[in-house]
Amino acid sequence: MFETRNTAVRVKEMMVERLLQFCSLLSVFTTMAIIYILMSETWGFFQKVSLWEFLTDTQWTPLFTIKHFGIMPLLCGTMLTTVIALMVAVPTGLISAVYLSEYASASVRKIVKPILEVLAAVPTVVYGYFALLFVTPVLKKIFPDISGFNSLSAGLVMGIMIIPLVSSLSEDAMHAVPMRLREGAYAVGSQKIQVAFNIVLPAALSGISAAIILAVSRAIGETMIVAIAAGQQPHLTLNPLVPIETISAYIVQISLGDTPHGTLEYKTIFVCGMTLFMMTFFLNMMSFKLRKRFQEVYD
Amino acid sequence: MKPYFQEREKKMLVAAEQSKPSIKITDHIYAGNSANMRNGDTKIQVERFSFRYGANKVLKDVSLNVRAREVTSIIGPSGCGKSTLLRCFNRMNDLIAGTRADGNILIEGQDIYDPRVDVVELRKKVGMVFQKPNPFPKTIFDNIAYGLRINGIRQKSEIIQRVEQSLRDSALWEEVKDRLTDSGLSLSGGQQQRLCVARALAIQPEIVLMDEPASALDPIATAKLEELIVRLKEKYTIVIVTHNMQQAARISDKTAFLMQGEMVEFGVTKDIFTKPTKKITEEYITGRFG
Amino acid sequence: MIKILDRIFKYIGIGAVLLGLIVLAVLVLDVVRDGFPRLTWDFFTSYPSSKPEQAGILSAWVGTLWIMLTTAALTIPLGIGAAIYLEEYAPKNRWTDFIEINIANLAGVPSVVYGILGLGLFVRALHMDRSVLAGSCTLALLVLPIVILSTREALRAVPSSIREAAYAVGATRWQAISGQVLPAAFGNILTGIILAMSRAIGETAPLVTLGALTYIPFLPTPPVSVSPSFPYVNFSLKGLLDPFTVLPIQIFNWVSRPQKGFLICAAAGIIVLLIITLCLNGAAIYLRHKHQKNW
Repeated sequence: MFETRNTAVRVKEMMVERLLQFCSLLSVFTTMAIIYILMSETWGFFQKVSLWEFLTDTQWTPLFTIKHFGIMPLLCGTMLTTVIALMVAVPTGLISAVYLSEYASASVRKIVKPILEVLAAVPTVVYGYFALLFVTPVLKKIFPDISGFNSLSAGLVMGIMIIPLVSSLSEDAMHAVPMRLREGAYAVGSQKIQVAFNIVLPAALSGISAAIILAVSRAIGETMIVAIAAGQQPHLTLNPLVPIETISAYIVQISLGDTPHGTLEYKTIFVCGMTLFMMTFFLNMMSFKLRKRFQEVYD
Repeated sequence: MKPYFQEREKKMLVAAEQSKPSIKITDHIYAGNSANMRNGDTKIQVERFSFRYGANKVLKDVSLNVRAREVTSIIGPSGCGKSTLLRCFNRMNDLIAGTRADGNILIEGQDIYDPRVDVVELRKKVGMVFQKPNPFPKTIFDNIAYGLRINGIRQKSEIIQRVEQSLRDSALWEEVKDRLTDSGLSLSGGQQQRLCVARALAIQPEIVLMDEPASALDPIATAKLEELIVRLKEKYTIVIVTHNMQQAARISDKTAFLMQGEMVEFGVTKDIFTKPTKKITEEYITGRFG
Repeated sequence: MIKILDRIFKYIGIGAVLLGLIVLAVLVLDVVRDGFPRLTWDFFTSYPSSKPEQAGILSAWVGTLWIMLTTAALTIPLGIGAAIYLEEYAPKNRWTDFIEINIANLAGVPSVVYGILGLGLFVRALHMDRSVLAGSCTLALLVLPIVILSTREALRAVPSSIREAAYAVGATRWQAISGQVLPAAFGNILTGIILAMSRAIGETAPLVTLGALTYIPFLPTPPVSVSPSFPYVNFSLKGLLDPFTVLPIQIFNWVSRPQKGFLICAAAGIIVLLIITLCLNGAAIYLRHKHQKNW
């Protein structure tokens, strides 16, 4: 009475499942392809240039006659813009998150959150334009000797772009903190600000850390803003007013020229890509683990 | 007993279930089943059936006979395993990971936990109505037509005719005949539940399982539903789980009293409620605990 | 004392929320002031040119349209398929955990790295050159994690009672998913897809890395063309293998030029790009709002 009536249905079920499984495997293939492509060219690069030189040389001049392949100037540029961006995004994002989670009414939150997300949706090339042609001229009034290309304006604008990443994820984390923790504090007569900073922030700390780490990862990988506004001169400097070059901007710079396939210069973009990939991979993993842990605590 | 389980846990059993081979079971395998031969009109026969979620044994050696075209109700305090038992009759518990069934449930003499049974076919014969009305977020018509379509009925005229028939059978036709294209969610709670009954009836099952179908309804909607259940037994075998003892007394022919996973008492409803053989049954039905 | 602090903090909070929005408003005003006068009909129907006052975005917006459609065609089925598998089929084991971590990580890989992937895989290894296909394959991989994550969330929001109801009338798993779960999740899935497409349209770095040329004074072969002789209407996918440019690349190209005239072109292009992305995001917000159902 309960035997299968229709083997065709059963076969179809199985085929559908296999097909869907294949789709999910595509993400694994993508990661493998990224690693393989980066590895193979990086390998070729390190046949010619020693890892020691790559890590310790203080100059990056692959396009000059006297070539130097020290990643430090590029790394320094990346760090500089990243730190500036975080100095904007982390305080603004966190304060917004505390406000939205603890002070704002549900209806305000419902309206403001998606509008904030729009900040992250604006194409980065637009931010690049804005940094170069609006923010830098404004900064020139404050710092008269600022260069046309500088890490300050690129970093500031990048920080604005990253605000929603910090605020949205942190707000989710604070929102997930159980009401009973807050009630305990309110019951003894605490003000909102005390509850927010003494109870909610510590309880949501791992979720907030995950958000900030993700923001770091995002800032390190951000390309167009720095390629347009921060310059193309790999300087080992911490001065935010002079042109620098980030790892990502260097990749764009080489891609725009016609560097012949297979040359050492060509391989440098893969080395830079590998460096970016490893840094962001490490940060993303940390963020993911923290988020997982946070979810487990409050689920 | 947890009727609404974690999404995550559902997945594996279905995977396991669908990878099982399904072979046509010929009648002669069961021809020698003498119990089946003797109880000609036994529809569901539960024999020393146990069920566990992981280490938690929720049903212990339960035995029970459900006769065709009767209403059998299962009562007991919450957590006693009554919903679990009901959900074993159409193997709905398969959707939860880490469960294990021992013993037999025979429907018309066939063991439904036999690895060769196709649960999809089983569920076509054993319909179900849930605790909370759960119409599909579609039109009233499509709510019922869905089951027909997946059962291979393509002819439009037949679908229309069977939708109407099942809506009539579930006493909903007069209320919805002019708005069949409205969303099923636009109906009142009681109407939604009758729509769910209609949806179950449309595919012409032989058994209809009802898991506390009135628990989310107001008294008037409950009365309508009970009336419907009593009428449905002309055509269907009905097993209903309820926490409402008056309801069990009003509508069922047989009543099973379950407690902590064990079958305490099973018999004719009138006997259970007027002269229970066990003291604990009496204490429960008189409301001393539960 | 603490009460005053509380009040002060509230205003700081409002200020923090407003900061980003004010910057956004300034940005829009700045761009509109610079570029609006340049937004003429000719701007949409002209190819890029070495003379700023004659330059236009014809090849750029047509290229953006091509890229958007092919990226959508690639990423929607793959992303939804993967999400269905992970949410409805995948057994809970280490391998599934691995796939999940992998997708979360891919969502955070910098877009320029996807460009390098596209360069190595599609342009070089698969010999697609700098074509529409290579570009959209790259962008499809880039937005795939977004589609997968949002679709999973949409599927998770469909209550299990809907699945049970379908199983109870004898549905197989795929019948339950395709007949009930997917339609119920449709609105939220669409929201995720729109956001992913908005992301794809704005991406510049990966396409620059692919080597997508910036001076393209022609269009990809049109998919449909009319001819005076039989069969009168021709369908062709040859355009997929043609070189292309897109709006963000055109804008980037203009921004990097020293002449003031090109900066105005860039601003005008940005207005167009912003209108597209803001419309897509607005549509997504509206859809999400509309489909917030209470089950």
